[in-house]
Amino acid sequence: MLHIVNKSPFTHVNMKTCLTFAGKGDPIILIEDGIYAAAAGTAMEGMVKEAVASHPVYALDADLKARGVDKLLDGIKVCDYAGFVDLVAEHRPQSWL
Amino acid sequence: MEEQAPRKIMFVNRRAPHGQIYAYEGMEVVLIFGAYDQEISAVFLDDAVYSLKKGQDTSGIGTKEFSATFRVFEAYGVETVYVDKDALEQRGLTADDLVMDVEVVDSETIRTAMQNQDVLLPF
Repeated sequence: MLHIVNKSPFTHVNMKTCLTFAGKGDPIILIEDGIYAAAAGTAMEGMVKEAVASHPVYALDADLKARGVDKLLDGIKVCDYAGFVDLVAEHRPQSWL
Repeated sequence: MEEQAPRKIMFVNRRAPHGQIYAYEGMEVVLIFGAYDQEISAVFLDDAVYSLKKGQDTSGIGTKEFSATFRVFEAYGVETVYVDKDALEQRGLTADDLVMDVEVVDSETIRTAMQNQDVLLPF
């Protein structure tokens, strides 16, 4: 299953809930305000490091650039729109809205 | 009409810039208020500090990039722009990461400033 998170981890518990219910090794993609979780040096770093340790974690490039987030946590994979489509085609998507 | 003393009006921004319309609308309303003789200030709390982050390029998501517009606040008569120190630190940011000079202050300073306003406008 592909988990899609589009809310900031600072204002919503969506990322946390996603991590609680995601299957082992399920890919996670951060889009829209969800990409703030991918930034290095934030108060959310501990949670996201744990996520990266047990899931492939992607962040959508256009949303990173729109928000000026360029320093990413180690292990975050940057993904373009075509890569997002590939992930959705390959895995059943679950959006944590 | 009887002339009134300028009122103290503070814009309380709390949202990230691109996922919702609040940040953009809040900025526009500040500029509109610049036309009136009021004492205007703005404070950036929570994810609103991301609105002021340098290096935003929205060409890939097809929306307007408005961070540079915050720099005209002073010219529009916005006397004070506060940014919450804790909100910056929680996001791994410093004043150097922001598009303009602001007053990075603690929550006590912001609390006091909020108490001293006639009107608080939340965005």
